[in-house]
Amino acid sequence: MIRSEILREIAPILRDQLVICNIGIPSQELHAIDDQPSNFYMLGTMGLASSIGLGLALAQPKTVIAIDGDGSVLTNLGTLPTIANNVADNYILLIIDNGSYGSTGDQPTYAGKKTSLAAVAQACGCERVIECQAEDTGAVLQAAIDARQMTVIVCKCDSGNAKMPVITMDPVVIKDRFMKAVQA
Amino acid sequence: MNIDKKIVDDLVANDVSFITTVPCKQLAGVIEEVDRREGILHVPSNKEDEGMGLCAGAWMGGKRPAIIMQNTAIGVTINTLATLIQYYRMPLPMLISYRGELREPVACQVEMAVHTKALLAQLNIPTYHFHHQSDAAELDEILKYTFMCNKPVAILTDANFWGGYGDQ
Repeated sequence: MIRSEILREIAPILRDQLVICNIGIPSQELHAIDDQPSNFYMLGTMGLASSIGLGLALAQPKTVIAIDGDGSVLTNLGTLPTIANNVADNYILLIIDNGSYGSTGDQPTYAGKKTSLAAVAQACGCERVIECQAEDTGAVLQAAIDARQMTVIVCKCDSGNAKMPVITMDPVVIKDRFMKAVQA
Repeated sequence: MNIDKKIVDDLVANDVSFITTVPCKQLAGVIEEVDRREGILHVPSNKEDEGMGLCAGAWMGGKRPAIIMQNTAIGVTINTLATLIQYYRMPLPMLISYRGELREPVACQVEMAVHTKALLAQLNIPTYHFHHQSDAAELDEILKYTFMCNKPVAILTDANFWGGYGDQ
């Protein structure tokens, strides 16, 4: 399974939650599969989806799912100790780990080689870390939502991208409708 | 009046309730004061761009954020300022220790100090420079201005403002 197939499968779960989605093709795919006001699409700033998600989860009580990639987490590896040490039980970090930089031409990441992001997250102090196969993502994600416990999910999947259009929505519109969804 | 307390009082009076910090010797007193206040959620970050991500999330979650950092961070955060904070139009007061100015003992700090205001100007970031402690009287207005215009705003506080580097 590749990322877009996972997103298509978990879209019904994501629909009712606040979602911070990683820059590039992940956001384009989620936008094309199931655009929702409760989705915050990152149009720039690689690496910060997990940080934005944590800030949002700490600031308000609704469940927040940050959809990140292995390459983006490696870019901002300092995020994992911050997440571990500032526990927000309404926060789920879903790392779609396809072992490659998908948006830039599927160059391999170190997570696809010797580095285990699940082991890194655990070493950073994250208490609930679940590594799963792509097919199990929906069940693991729903269980994490139901558990109301901060969870890092590392979902191992195949490398590859679906061909989706670039998001042309204005960033201020994305933010505005997202903030209204937060307050709703 | 204690300057650390005055700065944090102004932040609280302007409903700032989420603060991320990357440490600095000069800002140590402010950071301690932030940590002590009940009404402020203090989340230390490992790097300043990460901190700005936290602030963006907190803002969208309904809390007024602020970041406390050194001016070297401007070099780290240009992309984040342009493509997150400015692009999505979010307010962000940045209380910055302006290292490398008069009374600086560490030569390398000057290397980023000479670029600091030029970079902020290039980014069209409103910038205020506190050189004397009386300059902090404007902080309350600067915070109101930041949340009025939804922009990142820089408050540079130099060594003279903080009374030098102690024994150095």
